[in-house]
Amino acid sequence: MENRPLEYDYTVAKMFMFTTIALGIVGMLIGVILAFELAFPGVNTILGQGLAEFTNYSRLRPLHTDAVIFGFTLSGIWATWYYVGQRVLKVSMAESGFLMFIGKLHFVLYMVVVVAVVASLFLGITTSKEYAEFEWPIDIAVVVVWVLFGVSIFGLIGIRREKSLYISIWYYIATFLGIAMLYLFNNMEIPTMLATNAAGESGIGNWWHSVSMYAGTNDALVEWWYGHNAVAFGFTVPIVAMIYYFLPKESGQAIYSYKLSLLSFWGLMFVYLWAGGHHLLYSTVPDWMQTMGSIFSVILILPSWGSAINMLLTMKGEWQQVAASPLIKFMVLGSTFYMFSTLEGPIQAIKSVNAIAHFTDWIVGHVHDGTLGWVGFMIMAALYHMAPRVFKREIYSKSLMVSQFWIQTLGVVLYFTSMWIAGITQGMMWRAHDEFGNLAYSFIDTVTVLHPYYAIRGVGGLLYLVGFLMFAYNIYKTMSARPVEESELQNASPMGA
Amino acid sequence: MFHWLEKHPFFFAVGVFVTIAFAGLVEILPNFAQASRPVIGTAPYSTLELAGRHVYIKNSCNACHSQLVRPFKSETDRYGHYSLSGEYAYDRPFLWGSKRTGPDLMRVGNYRTTDWHENHMKSPSGVVPGSIMPAYTWLFKNKADINTAYAEQLTVSQFFSTPYNKPVPMKDGSTKIVKMGASTAEANALALAEAKVIAADMKDQDVKDAVANGQIPEIVALIAYMNSLK
Repeated sequence: MENRPLEYDYTVAKMFMFTTIALGIVGMLIGVILAFELAFPGVNTILGQGLAEFTNYSRLRPLHTDAVIFGFTLSGIWATWYYVGQRVLKVSMAESGFLMFIGKLHFVLYMVVVVAVVASLFLGITTSKEYAEFEWPIDIAVVVVWVLFGVSIFGLIGIRREKSLYISIWYYIATFLGIAMLYLFNNMEIPTMLATNAAGESGIGNWWHSVSMYAGTNDALVEWWYGHNAVAFGFTVPIVAMIYYFLPKESGQAIYSYKLSLLSFWGLMFVYLWAGGHHLLYSTVPDWMQTMGSIFSVILILPSWGSAINMLLTMKGEWQQVAASPLIKFMVLGSTFYMFSTLEGPIQAIKSVNAIAHFTDWIVGHVHDGTLGWVGFMIMAALYHMAPRVFKREIYSKSLMVSQFWIQTLGVVLYFTSMWIAGITQGMMWRAHDEFGNLAYSFIDTVTVLHPYYAIRGVGGLLYLVGFLMFAYNIYKTMSARPVEESELQNASPMGA
Repeated sequence: MFHWLEKHPFFFAVGVFVTIAFAGLVEILPNFAQASRPVIGTAPYSTLELAGRHVYIKNSCNACHSQLVRPFKSETDRYGHYSLSGEYAYDRPFLWGSKRTGPDLMRVGNYRTTDWHENHMKSPSGVVPGSIMPAYTWLFKNKADINTAYAEQLTVSQFFSTPYNKPVPMKDGSTKIVKMGASTAEANALALAEAKVIAADMKDQDVKDAVANGQIPEIVALIAYMNSLK
């Protein structure tokens, strides 16, 4: 008995794997619809005039961002947490009835929140703040879900056998603390039904409506401190947690440098929070805050590239694996996109560049080379690695994975190149003056010129969605593929033809 | 030190929290009181304007339109004076937006009229050929939520001392009083009186009839809000 490996319990991990895929399809499908609405406005009324209120661009836009952030990505983070956590702490969920209960409750309440969010955003119930659109009743439910996640993290840590916390655990802890702090402060709001008037009336108007505790410039400052760092602690920190576990596992290579991971982790923690000000350059926020945002964004290259280089050097001497395994392909290209995106971001945060880039599609392109190329690829790679271990079956098809990889890579490239051109074109046209000092273009000129790029972007997004459906199909078929033995599950994941 | 921290999760978590909280304390808090002081000429929103602001938010107009004029010649030429912090003193939430798929609306009330908005919301590409903005026809049918706007006015005047029913200094040296109803009935009456002024400039017969019957379609509230953006 002594030498038998621990049996881990993946019940909760499986649940979140399922929602990662389901909400990924929903979020990306809405994204593709939005892209085509911009290219071909007729798509806004695709389900007829009667339903136009619910299918038009502006009503769907927060649904897309929230479905991919809080649906796809968050589910992916939790699916990997309930898998990685047990394995690096050397303890099974099955050992604690309490933690198992918390895990399941976590999932069930999360589902309730998802349904409430979808319904409320379709109805236009929103606070308007980006990535914080939920009204106060949902905010309270989100806090409860988040606390359950925290109980799960620290509960599992509390009963761990491996005393030293592995790097991935650092990043999961940081995800929990970072989002908790940001979400609480950004969503400070007062429900308007609490007001009473001189006539003694109370509970007036809609019960779900609230008003922000902060006004104007302050509200913007808190929102972008949140918005930028929700990216930090949702799209960067937990995804780094994943790659620190899954890349060494899949490749059989040890992490290149412990010191580099230390520098990257603590550097990222300290620097990232300052950079939110780069969303507010040339706004009414005080100049020194804007400058701080700009400077720290550039410094942020160091810890970001530290992690990415650490990952790429982990593959040192084993580069043939990139050619041989589609799973390694996803992770290596993912870290490359991470480097790319974390260089592009600081460039856009330089004030003179931002003057052109802000408010344009270049920003949209930047977000998507990070999310599609880094976050999406890494989460799919993690699920591919987990599938054989969770279902005890080989991955259904390797060739399908390879095709998916190339289709999605082409999609991402089409997406960001078209958005770069669109963004810089528009930014330059807005500021162009003729020889007499008058504006050279009316606003609509700068919209119609973007049509071809919007169409190309739509195609890029569609390719990525097609690849994601191939991923979903591959995972689905994996559940009925050839069973594998424990001994086949050492490093490289077993894959069918 | 790091090896020790990695074996002591509690202290590790405290260390992480202090490291990430530091920037917020230094960067965000110091300016809080100063940034929210209104400039002269900025008045709180009336009940109908606030209801219109809710329509603006409900339809995520801020997903495509900014309300922030940056201090560049090209922007002040196109949209008017660059934004000042105090102009946003009564904006809860702020609506700066992050993407200009359509033009900035910070001062749209200076150069667009009720009539223009009515035509434009029904058929954007009919007014601006080549426009990719969808039509917002349901705004002509759905009714604006005056009660919720009124509840918000009560809330901000109680919690944040927003000056309703008090003189507010204007740029020309005069003062302006933005009224807030003492009861829900009075608030609705005030909003309706304002709506009648807007509806008088509109052509849509259904909207005119609704307002004559004491109802306020969302489009009327939205136009009142956009006319107030100056």
